[in-house]
Formats: sequence, structure tokens, C-alpha cells
Amino acid sequence: MAQRRSLGVLLVHGILWIGVVVVAFPFVWMILSSFKSLPEFYQFDFWPQHWDLSAYRQVLTQTEYGRWYLNSIVVAVIVTVSALFFASLVGYTLAKFRFRGNQLIFILILCTMMVPTELLVIPWYVMSARFGWVDTYWGIMFPGLMEAFGVFLMRQFMLGIPDDLLDAARIDGMSEFRIFLRVVLPQVKPALSALGILTFLGNWNAYLWPVIVVSTESMRTLPIGIGMFSTADNGGLQWNVIMAMSTLAVIPIVILYFIFQKRIVEGIALTGVKG
Amino acid sequence: MKSVVLEPRRTPQPGMASRRMTLAARRALTAYAFLTVPVLFFVGIRILPTLYAFGMSLFTDDGKGPTLANFKTMVGDEVFRRALGNTLLYVVITVPLQMAAGLALALLIGRVTRLRGFYRTVYFLPYITSVVAVSWVWRLMYDPNSGVINEVLGWFHIPAQLWLRDPHEALLAVSIVMIWQNAGFAMLIFMAGLEAIPRSFLEAARVDGAGPWQVFRWVTWPLLNPTVVFLAVTGVISALQTFTQIENLTGGSGGQAGGPLNSTVSMVVYVYNSGFNDFNLQYASAVTVVLFVLILLVTLIQLKVLNRAYEY
Repeated sequence: MAQRRSLGVLLVHGILWIGVVVVAFPFVWMILSSFKSLPEFYQFDFWPQHWDLSAYRQVLTQTEYGRWYLNSIVVAVIVTVSALFFASLVGYTLAKFRFRGNQLIFILILCTMMVPTELLVIPWYVMSARFGWVDTYWGIMFPGLMEAFGVFLMRQFMLGIPDDLLDAARIDGMSEFRIFLRVVLPQVKPALSALGILTFLGNWNAYLWPVIVVSTESMRTLPIGIGMFSTADNGGLQWNVIMAMSTLAVIPIVILYFIFQKRIVEGIALTGVKG
Repeated sequence: MKSVVLEPRRTPQPGMASRRMTLAARRALTAYAFLTVPVLFFVGIRILPTLYAFGMSLFTDDGKGPTLANFKTMVGDEVFRRALGNTLLYVVITVPLQMAAGLALALLIGRVTRLRGFYRTVYFLPYITSVVAVSWVWRLMYDPNSGVINEVLGWFHIPAQLWLRDPHEALLAVSIVMIWQNAGFAMLIFMAGLEAIPRSFLEAARVDGAGPWQVFRWVTWPLLNPTVVFLAVTGVISALQTFTQIENLTGGSGGQAGGPLNSTVSMVVYVYNSGFNDFNLQYASAVTVVLFVLILLVTLIQLKVLNRAYEY
């Protein structure tokens, strides 16, 4: 009986390992391909003939890859900080203050969750063209500075903060804004880190709006840079360069993911929705 | 050095009621101060643009309107009908398969004790990686001449396929990438759903003599209902918005994304091509309005199904 059970478990592990190969292989393939020379892509070979670094040299010297990286970091960090700040400020105010229009404002913000980005990109583009926001950091970032989903999520968590705690801080004479920063925010750290991870990933990988609002090469973010470089028709696809670009973009995120995987996985399970 | 001023303790006085009023008023003022910028933002960046998009959809690009001309053009346009049909195909193919894969993985991982965290981490990895990078790797693997997928098929004596270059296979090839990337998310949510089922329920069923299949069919599956609805709705909504995969798997090399022969074009790719390649922003807005209505319908159905789920 025990033997039969352990055989079953072994079988389950076997199936799961096949899955691991299916999931991991494209990553392995991306890295291996980035070390091949271009002619090697005309026939099938598993290993690179010799480990060729020319694709990486080309990425770093002949494209604005470093600038794209910087753009991605700037955009994702600023948008994440702003979205977290406003989501918690608005969530807190809606959860813990009584005033006329509270329900109305909450419903207004919730309604914007129903509207898909695709409907908004055209008006945003018209706006950006009129106000001179095309091809600027502000242009890439402004739609994400506040997110209705974040407000909704933070409000749910803020409802759980005991009123006594806030009143105690008020009796101590703290200003309302300091109470928000010093008393309220530490109470919702898990929700903040989950929302922060989601927002960061969403913006790091964002494609539709940046591809519309960016017009010069030096303002591209990483996904736009990779996509545009790859589809540009300069004498066939330069597979080794594309794979080197993808590797440089994906590997740091994968490493961060493995370091923080517990928090990331639990954060996403907690909020349940991609940002 | 800060000097501390000790105030005499106040005793309740008749004037206290009006003091409390001003306190409430002051707190309301604080709330308005906190909300001013966000409300302006949501009105200016979300609500007015939404209305503007609806308004734009009622005008033609040469300024005539209000008219339903854009919607009439749409109905008559073969590429639009193709885009709508393809989008529904993406939904029908990817959502059930990525959910089935996710549930299978979650159940399998539930049966082992070792390496659980490892499996969970690895399977979730594709979901957090850049769609653009992932799409280009798959595009390389799909290459009909030197791609690794045809090579592997060759080991099993399956003839080489054209994949993304074949109008009959391209949509399926794109769908496979989407499923590969999203199954881990479904797995994660199913794992959370499975953990929420009380062990005593499963044990009670087993004591009553139910086999593994019966336990799953009559205990686990019904209790997973909210999870299934959640994944179905979020999956359908994101499949309706498919864009980045198609742009990067099929774009470039002389053709617009959505090829070959419009076999992979989706609603959003169609919006992008008509708005930002043909520069007919009004027409593109009209298409996004149709997309919006589709998403709204899914959301309403969700509300209905969820309400029913709570009844038993």
C-alpha cells in the first residue's frame, strides 16, 4: 500500500517536472540564443557553437538600450510611488472620514474601473498632442499616477483600522496629514507592498499607451524599445540581438522575483488582479 | 530646546455642542483637502476622456456628425468582422484551457508535500515576465525552418508546421503563448481557493466512501465556484483586450500586425491600426466603444452569476 502511494507521488512529480520544463524552456532558449551568432539561426542547434558576446556588444553600443532601461525604471518607480500614495490617501479618506459626497466620490472612482484603457488611449493622445505631452516622461506616466483599483483595495484595508488609534493620535495633537503618514500607513504595509508590486510590474511591462505616446527612440521604455527594434525592417530579424535585449530585460526581474517570490506570490493572490 | 506649555484641563461647558460641530466641519474640510487633487485627476483623466471617446465615435474624420456612420462602416468592414470573430476565438480558446491547466497544476501540487514552493514559483514565473520579451522568444521558437518547436515535433515524426506564417494556425499559435503565460496565474488563484476549503468537508466525504473523483465532483468543484467565476471573468476581460502578444508575434517584416491575412487580428490591434496607422481616430474610438460594451456585458453577467452563487 505504502509503495503504491509513493509510486503515485512519484508519478505526480514526474508530470509536474514535465510542466517545469515547458515553463522554463523558453527562458533557457532565450539565454542560449543570445550567445549565438546570427548565421547560427539558419539551422537548428541547441548549444551556441562558441559563446559569442557580439549581440550584447551591439545592444550596448549601437542602440539606446541603457536609456530605455533608465526610462523604464524612472517611469515605473515614479508611477508606483504616486499610485501608492494617492490610493492610500483616498482610500483612507473615504474609509475614515464622514462628509457630504463620500459615497458619490467612491462610486465615481469605482465607475472608472469599468472603462478599459483601450477606450481612453485615443482621448489621452488627443490631450497629449494639444498640451505638448507627447514624447515626454509626464506623457508616459500621467494615466497611471492614480488607479481606481488601488483606491478600492486600500479602502477595504483602511476600514479595518480601529478608530481609537486615530483618535489617540488626534488627542496627542498630531496633524491629520501626519496621522496618515505615521499612524495609518504602517498599519496597511502588507496591502501597500502587494499593490506596489502589482503596479510596478504592470508599468514595467506596459505596452499599449507608451507605444502610442512615445515618438523618439530615446524616450522608449524597455518593452517599446525591444518591440520597435525587432519589428523595424533592417534586413531581416537580428535574432541574437533581440534575444540579448530580452535577456537583459527579463533576467533582473526573474532574480528579483526569486528573492521576493513569497511576498510577490502572496501579494498577487491577496489582491487577485493584475495591475 | 522646546518649551512645553501645560494648559489647564478643560471642563465640559454648555458651548461644547457647537465646538463639536466645528470639529466635524474641520474634519470634513480635511477630507475635501485630501480629495481635491484626486477628484480632479479622476474627472480630468478618466471620466471626461471617457465621455470624449463616446463623443468622438459619433463624428466622422472629416468632421460630419453626430452620425452613426462609423458604426455602419464597421458592420460593413470585413477586417472588423474578422477582428471581432478572432477576439471571441481568443476568449473561447484561451480562457477554458488556461483555467483547466491552472486547476490541474493546483490539484497536482496539492498531492505532493515536497517541492511545493518550488513548483508554485516556477509555474508563476511567466505571468510576471514582459509580454514583449516572451512573445519574441516564442516567435523564435515557432520559426518554421530552424525553430525548436518543429525540431521537437520532428523527434516524434510529426511534420513541420508553419505556425505563425500559416493563416490557419497563427491564431492557435498566439493562443498557446497566452495560455503558457496565464496558466500560472490561474494555478495561484486555484491554490488559494483549494486551501480555503475546510479539510473536514473532504474527510467527511471520504468517510462516506466517496472516491477521489466523487470528492472532486461533489465537494471540491462546487466550493471552488467563486474562484472559477473570478478567473473566468478576469480571463475573458483580458482576452478581449489582447494586443501586445499579437503586435510582437506577428508585426513587422513588411506587414501590419494581425497577419497573415488578418488571421490573428484582434479588436485592439484593429483599433491601433485604424487609429495610429491610418490616423482615423474617430473611427478607432467607435471600435473602442464596441469593445467597452462587450466588457460591460461580461461584467454584468458576472454580477448576475455571483449573486446566484451566493444563494445556495
